Amino acid sequence: MSTPATSKATPQRPLSPFMIGPYYKPQMTSMLSITHRLTGLALTVGALLMVALLVCLASGPEGYNVLVPHLTAWYGQALLAAFTWALLYHFCNGIRHLMWDVGKGLDMPTAEKTGYAVIVVSVVLTAAVWATALATA
Amino acid sequence: MSYRSPLGRARGLGSAKQGTHHFWIQRVTAVALIPLTLWFVFSLARLPSADFDAVSWWVAAPSVAVALVLYIGCVLYHSQLGVQVVIEDYVGSEGAKITALLLSQFVHVIAGLAGVFAVLKIALA
Repeated sequence: MSTPATSKATPQRPLSPFMIGPYYKPQMTSMLSITHRLTGLALTVGALLMVALLVCLASGPEGYNVLVPHLTAWYGQALLAAFTWALLYHFCNGIRHLMWDVGKGLDMPTAEKTGYAVIVVSVVLTAAVWATALATA
Repeated sequence: MSYRSPLGRARGLGSAKQGTHHFWIQRVTAVALIPLTLWFVFSLARLPSADFDAVSWWVAAPSVAVALVLYIGCVLYHSQLGVQVVIEDYVGSEGAKITALLLSQFVHVIAGLAGVFAVLKIALA
């Protein structure tokens, strides 16, 4: 006798287990993959903040100048630094994805090497951006 | 000969020929964002100050204004496609999924238009 389905969301057929939980061991490559998605979501928020800043800038100095002390305060700079790294991580790992799209680097040893390269290059690029900013200021 | 099933032929429905559209546009915007992102982060880093005059003078330069409009368009289009995939992956109920997708698309389109309008207003002022 078949048991009735508990809800529409849980069909009575074998399902692949969710990536987070007891079924899969966390691996560097899978952590990079979920970080790609998380940085992507964070960057959506960043893009909306960028637009909000541009709208403030377009509406004149009164509104915009209220924001400047927050942008230059330690927490504003920390947030900008976090967004810089998130953007450059997504940038580097995105290039890794494009490489996979053309069929290159899909074997495990190469995927692990490019994974470590993404971590290193995203940090180096973030440092380069902030070194440029500090040298210009 | 046709490989379509008799039921498929009877219904008269088939592929909308758009199966790869989402994938392809995500890649097109990704490729466009490679030079645009590098330009964006290093240009911002080289701004002498964050005050109103310095930033609006930078935005108003024709080459910067054009690049910013391109950047805003590509970023928000790419973001919309990404958020859409996340919603489709994790929001189970059909009603919540469609509501979230509509909300995301509206927010992205409004943000894109607002960003482009802001840049043009500064550049053409």
